[in-house]
Amino acid sequence: MKLLLEDICHSYGQLQVLKNINLEVPDRKIVCLVGPSGCGKSTLLRIIGGLEKPISGNVIQVGSPPKDSINPLTYVFQDFALLPWRSVEGNISLVLEDHGIRHHQAEEIIADVLERTKLSDFRKALPKQLSGGMKQRVAIARALAVKPAAMLLDEPLSALDSQTKELLMDDLISLWSRQPFTAVYVTHNLHEAVRLGHSIVVLSRRPGKIREIVNISKPLQERELGDVELEKYQKHLWNLMRDEAISADKELLDV
Amino acid sequence: MSEVTQQGESKLVAFKGGGFVTRKIKWVGPAVFIVLIAFMEWGTRVGFISSLTLPRPSDVFGTFVDLWNTGLLWKHIIPSFTRLGVGAFLGVIVGTAVGISIGLFSYVRAGLVPLVAAIFPIPKIALLPLFVIWFGIDEASKYALIALGTFTPTVVATYGAVDNVDRTLIRMGQSFGLSWRSIVFKIVLPGAMPGILSGLRVSLAIAIILLVAAEMLGAEFGIGAYILEAGSLFDLERLFAGVTILSLLGVVISALVGFTENRLLGWRT
Repeated sequence: MKLLLEDICHSYGQLQVLKNINLEVPDRKIVCLVGPSGCGKSTLLRIIGGLEKPISGNVIQVGSPPKDSINPLTYVFQDFALLPWRSVEGNISLVLEDHGIRHHQAEEIIADVLERTKLSDFRKALPKQLSGGMKQRVAIARALAVKPAAMLLDEPLSALDSQTKELLMDDLISLWSRQPFTAVYVTHNLHEAVRLGHSIVVLSRRPGKIREIVNISKPLQERELGDVELEKYQKHLWNLMRDEAISADKELLDV
Repeated sequence: MSEVTQQGESKLVAFKGGGFVTRKIKWVGPAVFIVLIAFMEWGTRVGFISSLTLPRPSDVFGTFVDLWNTGLLWKHIIPSFTRLGVGAFLGVIVGTAVGISIGLFSYVRAGLVPLVAAIFPIPKIALLPLFVIWFGIDEASKYALIALGTFTPTVVATYGAVDNVDRTLIRMGQSFGLSWRSIVFKIVLPGAMPGILSGLRVSLAIAIILLVAAEMLGAEFGIGAYILEAGSLFDLERLFAGVTILSLLGVVISALVGFTENRLLGWRT
């Protein structure tokens, strides 16, 4: 299933945040959205996920999602959004219960996603007992449990320290290699973008417009920390963004 | 230059404090009670405090033993507990339900928040005669008084607690396609539980206060009736015995709520 964004415009009151966004998210590819702070990238992701309604324009799913997909468009939040009163498995079963998946069937899915995210030993743990990286793993496991046709990741690694970030990036890459999924990945971290993105969409400062789309053909599995080719891409992205980031930083917020 | 700095006076960096951290000290609480009671006992025995000002703690205890021996204690406690239980139960259940609806529905909020704000400051004791007319002099008017008194603080605490539930969690539920019902019962309610329980502490204490008020009219037995009767006779020993029962009741209820909090809210950090 691929996603098509058609001429999306959005504004909050007088403030225009997104202008004429046209974008294609190809099947089983990771598209990264980068841009200076306040450029509307998270808003765009919420619009794609149906959590916010654009003023004009449409998001279209092209092709039907796989039959076994429980929740075709699934979100991963920056601050994990785990229920603190439910254990790891409880947090995953939460999203299955409502779709009528219980007992044996749920058990199978939970065991599978916990194994894939290396969490099998932490089934009964409460979120408060887990580190930030582990919490985000649980959130990713929960997202995988509903077999999404597309994953929408909103700065999923931004709340983590840099070592944990590297580890989780490796995990995401191995998850994708094992079973490619479609994803839109919002980040302000260019390093993450060049590691994980098949294509990187650079948004300009408010109102957010697509400034450039950078495609990186190197397979995800072959991208490594300190890769010279990736560094070049990263530098190019930074050059695109620098001036805008400076003026974005100086802007007064009138919200 | 460097020599000067090296020759200069050297001293320890002074500790500036740990940020007003509180410690748990168990024995001080009981000790305060013991010292206070011992002082009252000593003062009344020596004559430093006249028996008109304060009853002697040992006499109060004697009255209490009398109450126990004659079986009057249970005769007073049982009806009081029933009134407290039924009234507070009604007030808390309805109050929680209304509080949650205020938290969830904009129309209910717009309509009821001003109404609750209008009812809250009314001294419920003043309404007792009205309740007697509405519900009769028997138990029903007492239940109603206690129920109304617990209702308003419960509503306010509950909708505040619902408002404080992390919005990202609700958005998470929506993004995973959970039904409205599931979001309310699996996300909003457990998330609001800490606030609801701390509201319960306040409303149950108010219920005990109102118990005495409710027994002002048409009650032969009950701790409140006992205290009021002793008060009108200036029988300080009996007055204090009754008041002590109410204090103990408050401590027990607070401990029960604390126990429930530990059981239900173990997930909190």
